[in-house]
Amino acid sequence: MKYLDEYRDEALAKKILEEMRRTVTKPWVLMEVCGGQTHAIVKYGIDRLLPNEIELVHGPGCPVCVTSLEMIDKALEIARRPEVIFCSFGDMLRVPGSEADLLILKSRGADVRVVYSPIDCLKIARANPEKKVVFFAIGFETTAPANAMSVWQARQQGIKNFSILVSHVLVPPSIASILQSPFNRVQGFLGPGHVCTVMGYREYEPIAARYKVPIVITGFEPIDILEGTLMTIRQLESGRAEVENQYPRVVSREGNKVAQDLVNKVFEVGDRKWRGVGSIPKSGYKLRYEFRDFDADRIFDTREIDTKEPEICISGLVLRGVKKPHDCPAFGTLCTPEHPLGATMVSAEGACAAYYAYGRHLEAKQREPALTE
Amino acid sequence: MGKANFGGIVKQVCLEYTPEVEKGDYVLVHVGFALSKVDEAEAARTYQALERMQQLSELEIPDVADDDTAMPRVA
Repeated sequence: MKYLDEYRDEALAKKILEEMRRTVTKPWVLMEVCGGQTHAIVKYGIDRLLPNEIELVHGPGCPVCVTSLEMIDKALEIARRPEVIFCSFGDMLRVPGSEADLLILKSRGADVRVVYSPIDCLKIARANPEKKVVFFAIGFETTAPANAMSVWQARQQGIKNFSILVSHVLVPPSIASILQSPFNRVQGFLGPGHVCTVMGYREYEPIAARYKVPIVITGFEPIDILEGTLMTIRQLESGRAEVENQYPRVVSREGNKVAQDLVNKVFEVGDRKWRGVGSIPKSGYKLRYEFRDFDADRIFDTREIDTKEPEICISGLVLRGVKKPHDCPAFGTLCTPEHPLGATMVSAEGACAAYYAYGRHLEAKQREPALTE
Repeated sequence: MGKANFGGIVKQVCLEYTPEVEKGDYVLVHVGFALSKVDEAEAARTYQALERMQQLSELEIPDVADDDTAMPRVA
């Protein structure tokens, strides 16, 4: 495929790595924001090809992972009801709530369905007028245009038995929150290419200036990630802190205006709780008042929910880049993709799931005897 | 709505957010929505700029395997 295979070219990767070795003079800690980038980095072993001075830590950009436990429990509470058809992206089904997950509810007879796109729910709603169809609207800015369109079209088409449970999150406030933390080690960011496809990258410019941190909007192929890393290192080595765009074949500074317009018609910015991180002011979308009839949170009264997180799980620290998956005593033993304790072990974009999928739990085991000798 | 060819698999894709897209273009698709046209000229420019970097010593890196892609061609 054109301009896809080229971005996986081995010879080019070697050139970029060599240039990185010439550029770097001291240790730097970079964070890739997006879970898709984390997956690619672990899959291709990119973190192990980099010069030793460069450490990549994994960011909060896995939408499945950061959806709060309260929201998961709310989803379970709604999905359990006999009048409901609960629709979701597939990777939410195994995310552990306090007592169960959506897949367990489905096995007990709840009508839980996996959809490819939120638009598919409108068809389900039309075909099942006696049921209430609820879509679990999670995601970052990348997913917001699709979720906004589902509500917009439902209103236009007069579909009254459709609603969404909104748990949208936004990247810029989460980056700012990481930079404000006293435990922060991150000195530069590989910015989220697909979030910026929608939003553009203007809103990252004040963050780069205020915290004096380079942010390079980066794509998802190995060559993209290597080039984004090189661009960030060049900035750090020369004392610059700017927003640069490594991914211009898809991302522009202004983003997709048509999509932004519809998102702003349907959603407004509000506070949002992140799993493992806590509440971050103005870090999410909620439905505007005009669309309250499509708000599952309002339609279904689910307020009295007691949440319970497993004590051993450190996914909150992994999401903030403070710890890596193999720092967790449960990683690959008590916690596996078959029996996940935390959301970072569920989604393919979660750091724990990516480490597990590419065998890094085996390396952790191999290291253990050496440590005890 | 339009049809997009994901490396052989043709799916319906919503083109509401990319009114500029024409038949034969590559697009970036997320959950059934085209979010951006892939700019071939920019793709070529980035790639060529990188290629011009000096060729240097051999390094051991693993083969990169093919992967699923979310950049289908509008059919």
